[in-house]
Amino acid sequence: MARFIIRRLLQMVVVVFVLSLMLFFWLRSLPGGTVSAILGERATPQTRAALTKALGLDQPVWVQYWRFVERAAHGEFGTSTRVLPGADALDIFLSRLPATIELSFFALLLAVVLAIPLGYLSARRAGSPLDSGLVVTSLVGVAVPVFFLAFLLKYQLAVEHHVFPVSGRQDNLSCTRVTNFFVLDGLLTREYDCSVSALKHLVLPSLALATIPFAVIYRITRASVLEVLGEDYVRTAESKGLTARVIRGRHVLRNALLPVVTTIGLQTGGLLAGAVLTEKVFNWGGIGNALADAFEGRDYAVLQVLILAAAMIYVVINLLVDISYAVIDPRVRTR
Amino acid sequence: MSLPTPANRRKERVDALAATAATGPGGALLEAGSVDEKPGVSLIASAWRRLRRDPVFLLGAAITLVFVVLALVSPLIAPHDPGANLLIDKVRPQTNPVPGPEPGFPLGADDVGRDLLSRLLVGSQQTLVVGVFATLFGLTGGLTLGILAGAFGGWVDSLVMRVVDVLLSIPSLLLAFSIAAIASRPSQLTVIIAVAAVQVPVFARLLRGSMLAQRHSDHVLAARALGVTRRAVVFRHMVPNSLAPVIVQSTLVLAVSIIDAAALSFLGLGNPNDRQPEWGQMLGRAQTYIYDSPHLAVYPALCIIVVALGFTLMGESLREALDPKSRR
Repeated sequence: MARFIIRRLLQMVVVVFVLSLMLFFWLRSLPGGTVSAILGERATPQTRAALTKALGLDQPVWVQYWRFVERAAHGEFGTSTRVLPGADALDIFLSRLPATIELSFFALLLAVVLAIPLGYLSARRAGSPLDSGLVVTSLVGVAVPVFFLAFLLKYQLAVEHHVFPVSGRQDNLSCTRVTNFFVLDGLLTREYDCSVSALKHLVLPSLALATIPFAVIYRITRASVLEVLGEDYVRTAESKGLTARVIRGRHVLRNALLPVVTTIGLQTGGLLAGAVLTEKVFNWGGIGNALADAFEGRDYAVLQVLILAAAMIYVVINLLVDISYAVIDPRVRTR
Repeated sequence: MSLPTPANRRKERVDALAATAATGPGGALLEAGSVDEKPGVSLIASAWRRLRRDPVFLLGAAITLVFVVLALVSPLIAPHDPGANLLIDKVRPQTNPVPGPEPGFPLGADDVGRDLLSRLLVGSQQTLVVGVFATLFGLTGGLTLGILAGAFGGWVDSLVMRVVDVLLSIPSLLLAFSIAAIASRPSQLTVIIAVAAVQVPVFARLLRGSMLAQRHSDHVLAARALGVTRRAVVFRHMVPNSLAPVIVQSTLVLAVSIIDAAALSFLGLGNPNDRQPEWGQMLGRAQTYIYDSPHLAVYPALCIIVVALGFTLMGESLREALDPKSRR
């Protein structure tokens, strides 16, 4: 087990190294470059040269790369120019992280809670109208642009009929902040109306964000259950005279869910990208919002930290899922 | 070779698809036992036999056909010039930013007075261009890398695949946003490149997988033994036999790239010049008037959904027809 974890950690080091190289060259290739981004288009050649020297941009590439890594390791990514002018880019990331984690968590929860039972049901009744209907729904779900669905939900259920709030994370209730996860905060401080308000705000963005993970998890579950249902050990279990309940729980579900666990891990990356679009529609104020603003306003300091962090989060989550997978399924370790 | 772990899962799925196509349907066809699937029938022939009667495929193909025909004839049937500000006199920024329907303009106009129906019809053209070229660029890049890796193996393979794996480890839409942001002057071309670049690692992995599966297969061995040059073995024997999963993936990428292009426009990373309309761009730009005139967004969105669904239905049924394992 320890060897497995060490090997995966080493793989991750390689991935992070290549990632940092790519991010470095990406930043260098952005239009105008760092100097223009800071000084604007109309700076004099003298000030440009001075800043180039001050930033070390006249040094060889590998020296620049080393400095970039050094500063990144210290969490120095510079100050924001557009998202929140003057604020430290890393602070922006950290202060907005809870909002996005909260939204992604509920979206993923919604997707998993709906997709796994429905996928199982679909596979058990493969070919039935229910199955066909669900398959078509999942295909349509993938074909709808996420931000359009978000707009549609917002327009129908918030603007036209006031079932849910239009935007933001909570009504103005002067709630106490503990962790900045608003639902959790309300529970911790016993200000339950705060939690309820936060939950109401979560419904529409979570729904919009959950569609693609739902479609993917549903289809993997369905395919996986279908495959397991045809396995020899299921037939053996049936011929042994085990009850349907035991076969379903121990033989079918447990084996079928392994690939599903993996898929859930992979969906976190898609959630981050989807959050950029969903948060913009609902003005959620999380990382996705910041990324959308940073792309629009070309705020390089913020882009740097957010993209590096997004990729790192994705890599780390997948590492954790890998390890948990090795714990669940011993076959993974021995190979 | 690889662990069934999340990081490898996406790769595995791609590789499995590749291997199936490379080795052909094999014994599974016989097991299926249906009347028309005789042993010895080629993969393409047996796939076509299934597809011909598959309602899902037929629906997908019909939608695609209508879309392509529309793209070809739309300039002829569009009632007005999609770039002309015909109803600009009716636009009042304060009171009436988006002119409604009137005789000759059944869907009304957009915020600068251009006929919406004409823009929707002609929009199919640029949408098709974005989808097709993004897929072609992704294919070309992926095929080049995949053939390099699959044909040479060894350190070339390792190097190419490490880069491909890192690219796959970045959320794809985020990667597309990042690449689009590099362009100092966004245009239709930069949108296509950004959307296509994301697909390069997918195609590379797909082709490399199916070529690896073939390296030791009998027909390649036979060709080698006959003294066929390496180039001919790769391009005449290995590549043609690896194309089936690539074709399946291409139909799915056609759908994804149209949707991704819309997301780029939504974030302001799309083509700013909209004289030549494109559905994703129309949808992305409609956000300004989304509450007062939601129809500006709904029409292009519906077009995108129907077309993306058509490509997806076609791709999924192709995938099933080519993969005997998924048959029930």
